[in-house]
Amino acid sequence: MDALGSLLLGFGVAADPMNIMYMFVGITLGVLIGVLPGLGGANGVAILLPLTFGMSPTSAIIMLSCIYWGALFGGAITSILFNIPGEPWSVATTFDGYPMAQKGKAGAALTAAFTSSFVGAFFAIVVVTFLAPLIAAFALNFGPAEFFAVQLLTFCSFVGMGRETPTKTLAAMMLGFALAAVGLDTVTGQLRMTFGTTELLRGFDFLIAVIGLFGIGEILLTMEEGLAFKGSTARIDLKVVLRTWAELPRYWMTSLRGAVVGCWMGITPGGATPASFMSYGLAKRFSPRGSKFGTGELEGIVAPETAAHAAGTSALLPMLTLGIPGSPTAAVLLGGLLIWGLQPGPLLFIEQPDFVWGLIASMYLGNIAGLIVVLTTVPLFAAILRIPFSIIAPVIVVICAIGAYTVHNALLDITFMLFFGVVGYLFKKLGYPLAPLVLALVLGDMAESSFRQAMLLSQGSLSIFWSNWLVGSISGLAMVMLFWPLIARVRGSLRGRPNEPAVAAD
Amino acid sequence: MSDNSPAVSTRTVDAVVAALLIAVGAVVVWDSHRIGASWAFDGPEAGYFPFYIGLIIVISSTVNLVLAVLGKGPGGGFVERGQLASVLKVLIPAALFVAATGWIGIYVSAAIYIAVFMAWLGRFRPWLIAPVALGVPSALFVLFEIWFLVPLPKGPLEAALGY
Repeated sequence: MDALGSLLLGFGVAADPMNIMYMFVGITLGVLIGVLPGLGGANGVAILLPLTFGMSPTSAIIMLSCIYWGALFGGAITSILFNIPGEPWSVATTFDGYPMAQKGKAGAALTAAFTSSFVGAFFAIVVVTFLAPLIAAFALNFGPAEFFAVQLLTFCSFVGMGRETPTKTLAAMMLGFALAAVGLDTVTGQLRMTFGTTELLRGFDFLIAVIGLFGIGEILLTMEEGLAFKGSTARIDLKVVLRTWAELPRYWMTSLRGAVVGCWMGITPGGATPASFMSYGLAKRFSPRGSKFGTGELEGIVAPETAAHAAGTSALLPMLTLGIPGSPTAAVLLGGLLIWGLQPGPLLFIEQPDFVWGLIASMYLGNIAGLIVVLTTVPLFAAILRIPFSIIAPVIVVICAIGAYTVHNALLDITFMLFFGVVGYLFKKLGYPLAPLVLALVLGDMAESSFRQAMLLSQGSLSIFWSNWLVGSISGLAMVMLFWPLIARVRGSLRGRPNEPAVAAD
Repeated sequence: MSDNSPAVSTRTVDAVVAALLIAVGAVVVWDSHRIGASWAFDGPEAGYFPFYIGLIIVISSTVNLVLAVLGKGPGGGFVERGQLASVLKVLIPAALFVAATGWIGIYVSAAIYIAVFMAWLGRFRPWLIAPVALGVPSALFVLFEIWFLVPLPKGPLEAALGY
């Protein structure tokens, strides 16, 4: 195979001792960034981008992409130990990871998360290696209608798969879309919902919302339940790792499903966050132990972590082949390519084979390095748990404030962060799901622009979402998801048993 | 009133939040209508998409409000008096910290905030407070100002030190 030969060339580039060193530096920095709430993959890479200008582009992209892998790994640590998702895509990991940690099985949860991350990433890299040309050609057929349909499907899945009251899911999701719309409309240049203030011109950044909703909101909830910080000690030793590894093959179907969903969502710009939720939702539906999800099921960690890493990794595929980033972090990396004077696109494979295949090979090596680094350094991060909450709480608030500030260097953002913290506290106690809110905030602009483009093509007719088999089946599935609570209710009453409205359990 | 008595019922908070969301939705609808939510000669206007977003917020929150008023939503007490006090003990110092950041910089206010928090809520001894309250901001200073070269809000103290 042609790809195999190129890959061997790539391994020659990536296995350079200096590049291996950059790999480990990148992974370690990435884990640190992923663990610190607010310093996420995207802005972490953005902050460190200037440091790489002195390196060769190949070494630079290897280090930066390793920061990305590290951040993907690191997000799982805080999700499981602190119930604070370091990254939006690790939100779904908290659902079962945190209950497991509370039960004293943090070591098993972390091992499962890291291993699933590795499996998901590995699956995605194989896809990137061999299917790049085919998938690129397929995605070329995607028009705005198809893009919007995929996003619609993601959002409708929340309504159909969520445990919360459907109207509350809808309200939270639409609030996210509304917040995303605040600021300058990029198409018409009009100001929306700024009410004459210049501070609102920027709009609301999802990072601020994430830091507030999850970071501050969680601290408020924890305070309410008393000062005892509910984190059990996390010890990872070889025995726990091996025992968890022995258990994991049982969930091969969940892993495979997660990896496929992840690759799909990563390549179409759905991204890692919706992929992790979709995978979690699917696993919950299809697993024989689905009803126990949310109480600390290992499978509930495998599903989102596999999908998130598969998506995060495969997001680089459209970036490299088409110049369309599949995730915010991939967008930052794309910016790096342009600064180094490399034009992403199909020609990159021909003109810069060292670079492209070096990067792809480094993805294999980087993820192996990542697995080693996280499995060995977790006791270090777990030590944080033994520090009393009255020390941790103010430090987390300070770090959240810094994280919120550095997004746009705006003091007002710290105030917004506190406000989102209160919203997060209220929403969580009232059974409004936070994830669709954040996701809508992230994808709002993208979803809106593809919707508008689709409307332009069809001159305002919604029939464009059913104009061919591809877009039609995606939109059709989205509608089934949206009305799933009603369908389930009708089916339930047809069977003659009292309907059980899906009420929030947490 | 004991500390365990609920300060407010969940039903009330549920209804208030739903009502607030209706108001938010109404503002979105109103603002989208103001900038144009229909079809211009060159395509959808700026308010086209948000208009329907606002509409869905209003409709779904109305359902939530009705559910809450009818008692079909989550029930019980929303928060106990003692719990509310603990939450405010975190929220108010955090708000003061954020407010102080604009005046004296993030590092000094962080040091004061951590020290006050540890002394007041954690009842730690001064010899334990000092290293944390001074060490964390110093470490952050080195990390951001020197290593990552990301300037954070600074006040008179940093200015006096030459930053």
